[in-house]
Amino acid sequence: MYPSRFRYEAPRSLDEARALLTRFGDEAKILAGGQSLVPLLKLRFAAPELLVDINNIPGLDHHREDADGTLRIGALCRHVSLERSALLPGRHPLMASAAPLIADPIVRNRGTLVGSLCHSDPQGDWASVLLALGGSIVALGPSGRRTIPASEFSLGPFQNALLPGEIAIEAVVPAAQGHVSGSYLKLERRVGDFATAGVAVALEMSGDTVTRAGIALTGVGPSNIAATAAEQALTGRALTTDTIDEAAELAAAAAQPRSDHRGSAAYKRHVVATFVRRGLQRQEVGAAA
Amino acid sequence: MTAVDEVKIGGMGASRRRVEDARFVRGRGNYVDDIKLPGMLHMEVLRSPLAHATITSIDTSKAWEIPGVRLVLTGEMMAQRNLAWMPTLSYDTQAVLATDKVRFQGQEVCVVIADDPYIAKDGCEAIVVDYEPLPPVVNPLQSRAADAPIIRDDKEGQTDNTCYRWEVGDRAATDRAFATADVVSKLKLHYPRSHPSPIECCGAVADYNPATQKLSVFMTTQAPHIIRAAFALVTELPEHMIRIISPDIGGGFGNKVPVYPGYVAATLASILLGKPVKWIEDKTGNLISTGFGRDMYLDGEMALRSDGKILAVRMHADTDQGAFFSDAQPSKFKIGLMHSAFACYDVGAGHITAQGHYTNKAPGGVAYRCSFRVTEAMFFQERMMQAAAVDLGMDQAEFRRRNLLHDDAFPARTPFGFLVDSGQYGKCLQIGLDAIGYDQFKIDQAEARTRGRRLGIGISTMTEPLGAGNSREYDILGIKMFDSAELRVHMTGKAILRVGAKSQGQGHETTWGQIVAHELGIPAADVIVEEGDTDTAPFGMGTYASRSTPVAGAAIAMVSRKIRAKARKLAAHLLEVSEEDVEWELGRFYVRGAPERGATIQECAMAAYSNMPDGMEPGLENNAYYDPPNLTWPFACYIATVEVDPATGVWDVLRVVAVDDCGVRINPMIVEGQIMGGLTEAYAAASMQFQTYDADGNIVGSNYMDYLLPTAWETPGFELHEVVTPCPHHPLGAKGVGECATVGGPAAFVNAVHDALSDTGVRNIDMPLLPDRVWQAVQDGQDVSGMPPVRSDA
Repeated sequence: MYPSRFRYEAPRSLDEARALLTRFGDEAKILAGGQSLVPLLKLRFAAPELLVDINNIPGLDHHREDADGTLRIGALCRHVSLERSALLPGRHPLMASAAPLIADPIVRNRGTLVGSLCHSDPQGDWASVLLALGGSIVALGPSGRRTIPASEFSLGPFQNALLPGEIAIEAVVPAAQGHVSGSYLKLERRVGDFATAGVAVALEMSGDTVTRAGIALTGVGPSNIAATAAEQALTGRALTTDTIDEAAELAAAAAQPRSDHRGSAAYKRHVVATFVRRGLQRQEVGAAA
Repeated sequence: MTAVDEVKIGGMGASRRRVEDARFVRGRGNYVDDIKLPGMLHMEVLRSPLAHATITSIDTSKAWEIPGVRLVLTGEMMAQRNLAWMPTLSYDTQAVLATDKVRFQGQEVCVVIADDPYIAKDGCEAIVVDYEPLPPVVNPLQSRAADAPIIRDDKEGQTDNTCYRWEVGDRAATDRAFATADVVSKLKLHYPRSHPSPIECCGAVADYNPATQKLSVFMTTQAPHIIRAAFALVTELPEHMIRIISPDIGGGFGNKVPVYPGYVAATLASILLGKPVKWIEDKTGNLISTGFGRDMYLDGEMALRSDGKILAVRMHADTDQGAFFSDAQPSKFKIGLMHSAFACYDVGAGHITAQGHYTNKAPGGVAYRCSFRVTEAMFFQERMMQAAAVDLGMDQAEFRRRNLLHDDAFPARTPFGFLVDSGQYGKCLQIGLDAIGYDQFKIDQAEARTRGRRLGIGISTMTEPLGAGNSREYDILGIKMFDSAELRVHMTGKAILRVGAKSQGQGHETTWGQIVAHELGIPAADVIVEEGDTDTAPFGMGTYASRSTPVAGAAIAMVSRKIRAKARKLAAHLLEVSEEDVEWELGRFYVRGAPERGATIQECAMAAYSNMPDGMEPGLENNAYYDPPNLTWPFACYIATVEVDPATGVWDVLRVVAVDDCGVRINPMIVEGQIMGGLTEAYAAASMQFQTYDADGNIVGSNYMDYLLPTAWETPGFELHEVVTPCPHHPLGAKGVGECATVGGPAAFVNAVHDALSDTGVRNIDMPLLPDRVWQAVQDGQDVSGMPPVRSDA
């Protein structure tokens, strides 16, 4: 790999990192897991003046729950930590279901959830998971700390809502209420391929009634898409063949797929409907069990 | 004393662990990129971003200004030395660096040589090339259009984009057979362009020494002697001053047979600068510019009697050759060994026509473990067999059984001229059917269908010609397709064996020792194997087309026998008896009638240096050049079962059974590894792998995100079985095997998916059977043809 010449800094603290970002502005890129950035450097599609390697900054590799059940994932938490987490299964079923489907084992060993969100690739999986769970991203900037809802974080392909000098330090998933279920379904041509289409489904239920529904789509639009109409169609109702079908059709309608070598737009839309249906049917079974 | 135990010494039939792996798995291999010479410079290639364009100007001045840039070569500068174009092994020419125009995206335009590869890359980026775009031609249909631009306007007398025309067989007899047919079954398909994609890309370290005037080139080549011959024939360098060294190679699959522009440019740069020059291709460079496989459109039909007897076959092939006819293949047939199609069946008559087409795509067509177009031949054959069985309403297995050559049919001459010499086809098929539980599967399949589940079973049976020569019919640049071995036994009975083949991962260092062990009783571990250095290895034609064991392996057996003949004389001398009274058992000569009186091969070796009889030349070494009388004809039966999810088009492989008859197996573990690797590649071709080009000639498949290699996750498990029909002419009874599964495997998977869709009206979905294509076919009840389109309707 022969990238363009760049400067490299490895700060030991967030303050140091912030200072570098303030000084270099747009010319600085943060290196966390590097699984998207390094290929771009290799192809010379990205030629930043400065790489700020945050891997030496302590206190960013966590994923933990607050007392109220809020889940926090630090900027250096690798996919593999989530895949092997003892915390996620049961309590965060959608997260647990998505983690092993991220890229391939090699990428999971280095890549980070927060880095994936920042990269804002519409084919990234974690953004759909965060959307479905109503999560947010904590950014630290020159003027302090602010929380950006996942729904406002991606501004389009490879564009996020971070301001110059800001660094994303944590992803946050709010505590769920009632019976929690969820799953991530992904169609890929091969392990490590980007999703042809992916669907995140998260449900909170009280008895037979859906109290909160989160449905988000991967790879079928310029950003990950929250299927809000489908979510609303389920909220306050029971999961039945009719409500599931309705949600599946609404989610498919929300998709904005493009035809490419992974499949036609019609195909991807059909896969979205199929996966929403399957995702919800799984919960239906889960709820009965 | 008794004979040594052949298994213990790692002889024939021993699954001896691969000796080369000791260094490979420890990261201690020695690949071209590991070669570091004092004062070595680095070369990068600037490639064309356009598929078809006139070059109006090249400005290299900014590159020369970068500190550390030592040389910038353009096509013009190559032309001054008569090196802008080079001959291909298919008697065409290929641009080294473009002069007049570029003819495919990724074509080599300039090279920059610098102190390090970063600077060389910066230098490439500083070169300004002005292009005048021309309309790109990206498939044979466009290529033969009346108004198509002439891609090869550099060639005198070239008035269209036809690369070649070719035919074989008996047209009249075929026409007659078709006239009497009860049923005529038709099939049209496309075998997509795929790339061998060895993990190690191509590269070279060219080292011209101005003091000695000797040129040494470390090179990723499967055939170092052919490269030396080519260099000697097209340059003014004398052959003895050219040394080609092929060190460890990280996979070849046919990708590393041709001469590539990078080798030539690095060599010239080293001569001009008097310093070593290293060129290491990156993955994209490898995928977009080097030898690919397939890209063939096939249209054929089969004449059938209603009882299932095949009467004749007819087919036409259009091959997309890219910008240059650069097929590295040794036959005199323009389309390689395509006409080995249907060799395992009694098909009566046959006729094949073919036409090659120039397009604005990377050149090639016969790389990738295909034995020169046999992959396309066998894929079409087995897809045609399935289509015909469906048309006849006959069971797949029964239809094959009725038409396979019987055991007593050999030797059998095919309608296209090959002599198929051995096999037990019916037995192989039956073992495969029994292993998969064919009859039970049909019951389960019908039952599953009633519950909306789609199961399918696919069969592929084939024999293929492996191991070119013979020398009568096969040559490269006039050099006959023999191979060679040189064996020197040291005084303590240890030995060095040098061979004209060149391993790229096949395990020659392991297998070759086993042949010596089998012939001489010297433990395989006592034999060191060397290949790939033209200054030390005997002249050989290299490793590709599954030819190493059929040809070089035979040469090793023959040279071992020559050594044994001399050792017999030494034994007679040691035992003080006449040579006629000496008997041989593995590892030892003994006196007839007095078996306790003997001399081991090691004792004979010592005598060759210390106690030879009067008049005998000292030493124990010899060589052998082997010219095989025929190709070898392994047979294979591959059966796959699948389940198709009609809602998504995703299909999962349930089981794969492989029955291979590659004759006598020297190292069964290595043979099984070859078969598993081949089946993995077959699964890749069937399920996910292709290269294509958009309408502007931009390649899709230039990196591993777009060009998919299956991982351990997707790859199904394989159940392997064997039948052994020794090759009648090979000294060990061995046949080629390296390519069998890549060649025969794809049809098993594809036939299985089509079997699962048998009630949908879908007759053919072209590979790869990506989920969206399967879904589309089921949705529409129609075939899906051609390359996966590069769509952008948004």
